[in-house]
Amino acid sequence: MKGQHAARLQLRHKYLFFKESLFVRDIVRDRWLYFILFPGILYFVIFKYVPMFGLVMAFEDYQPHLGFMNSSWVGLKHFERFFTEPQFWILFRNTILLAIYNLVFFFPLPIVLALMLNEVRNKIFKRFAQTLLYLPHFVSWVVAVGIFYVLFTTEGGIVNELIHRIGIEKIPFLLSEDWFRTMIVSQSIWKEAGWGTIIFLAALSGVDLQLYEASRIDGAGRWRQLWHITLPAIRSTIVILFILRLGTFLDTGFEHIFLMLNSMNREVGEVFDTYVYMKGLTQGQYSYSAAVGLFKSMVGLVLVLGSNWMAKKLGEEGIY
Amino acid sequence: MLAEDKHWSNRLFNTANYSLLILIALITIIPFVYIVAVSFATPEEVAQGGLLLFPSKFTLGAYKYIFSTDTMVRSILISIYVTVLGTFINLILTSFTAYPLAKATLRGRRTLLLMVLVSMLFSGGLIPTYFVVKAFGIIDTYWSLMVPTAISAFNLIVLKNFFQQIPDSLEDSAKIDGCNDLGVLFRIVLPLSMPAMATFGLFYAVGHWNSFFNAVMYINDAEKFPVQVILRQIVLLSQDQIGDTTSQQDPTDYLPQTIRMASIVVATVPIVLVYPFLQKHFAKGVLLGSVKG
Repeated sequence: MKGQHAARLQLRHKYLFFKESLFVRDIVRDRWLYFILFPGILYFVIFKYVPMFGLVMAFEDYQPHLGFMNSSWVGLKHFERFFTEPQFWILFRNTILLAIYNLVFFFPLPIVLALMLNEVRNKIFKRFAQTLLYLPHFVSWVVAVGIFYVLFTTEGGIVNELIHRIGIEKIPFLLSEDWFRTMIVSQSIWKEAGWGTIIFLAALSGVDLQLYEASRIDGAGRWRQLWHITLPAIRSTIVILFILRLGTFLDTGFEHIFLMLNSMNREVGEVFDTYVYMKGLTQGQYSYSAAVGLFKSMVGLVLVLGSNWMAKKLGEEGIY
Repeated sequence: MLAEDKHWSNRLFNTANYSLLILIALITIIPFVYIVAVSFATPEEVAQGGLLLFPSKFTLGAYKYIFSTDTMVRSILISIYVTVLGTFINLILTSFTAYPLAKATLRGRRTLLLMVLVSMLFSGGLIPTYFVVKAFGIIDTYWSLMVPTAISAFNLIVLKNFFQQIPDSLEDSAKIDGCNDLGVLFRIVLPLSMPAMATFGLFYAVGHWNSFFNAVMYINDAEKFPVQVILRQIVLLSQDQIGDTTSQQDPTDYLPQTIRMASIVVATVPIVLVYPFLQKHFAKGVLLGSVKG
């Protein structure tokens, strides 16, 4: 009888301790917060984390009717196939070349454009120019590529009409391997270069105006001011954006390239992402294409972390 | 104004700068003007060729044709539906997830934030995601265009940082008055965050309207294609027969060129309509906070 009583007392103590423990108290206090948090977390688990675990299919011969758990395990078969195929080097070359083209021809333009806008003293003109330059960013890639299509097609496109009128033969801009990268990069420039100025303009707005005044008293003209004050002021922004750009080096713009691809330019236009889509969803080689996708994601992860590490080394705040 | 400003080298600098900027602005905008002009022009005028920036004779023929076909009208309605409902889902889920994560005292907060951050760095990719969506049984439904993109991790973290800036004293006073956390969110935090919510709403909405590839992946039924997919068929794949073949109107009445351009205009008009608002809030959207956890 006495023992029973002691045990009950102990239980009651445990219960009280449980009730008073900080952890439980906090959970109970924040019950409504957890309640509204739940759907969002569920979203991340289902649509972000389950696919990550779904990547095991890259090591299987995945059969949709068997599922992730029951398909047969084949190890690195798909990776071996991918790395020994000539297609690998074509994709590698196409992706790298497009990325380099973008870095060389696209990257400097927002900086130049921002510097030009920054030199504009007329507020109304500046705002007007910005309004026009930002607009293409908001149209879809279908519209952007569509606009280029109707302008550059050999069948009644205005560009080829004009070329034809001055006596040069029509150029199949959209159906040729030679023009593919040029078209991709010019479309990116037309759509995104204006928008890209925002971050540089923000950096430029932080420059101390007294520096300009002082330099003017010292007799510096506009070019000298640009070179000795403005550029150094945004140098760190340029460096960090360049490094972060290296982190997303392989992301050549999936929708954009997908829309530009056709049977005439596939040889130079196919990149890792579009290849995954074609092999996986149109040809049904699920495991193989998941392996290609995993390879690309891993390289991308290494690049992002590497570039972020580099940015921090240079004394900048990283993104993560 | 200092005397140096009137120096010839400064004038040259300004002239060159302004003219170049005008040129660049023209290159940006002329394609739009040209496409709008052709879409309203008569086929005869288009056939003459040349850079048409203002049609001499306006006609709505191309638009009448587009709106006489089921395909385009249906796809526009679908896109409006997906944009409105999808943006609503985005805003509810993003704010409901961001608000608890903004509370420094929430247990498990760091783990959950790390979880969000990792999802920005690494993804399962196209194929596994497709099978998850498929397992949900939402392939070929409009849900597949809204649910898999319900929360943008980037927007979530920016909104979380925004919520953190709201003074605690405001929330505390509401709690003393007897509000629970939900009450504080709905009566204090969300009303104070209306500008931010409007910004995110616009960005999400533009994303939905412009979204193309999700529909290519998840929608097989041609009757459920949103406007961007139809636009691609008309403009890029040159499927001139956008209407059913039994249509009373003869498509050859109008050059495909005018119809293609009118389709581009129709798919772009909503963006242009919200553009002034987008521009007003753009800087906030881009510069609001960093991605730090």
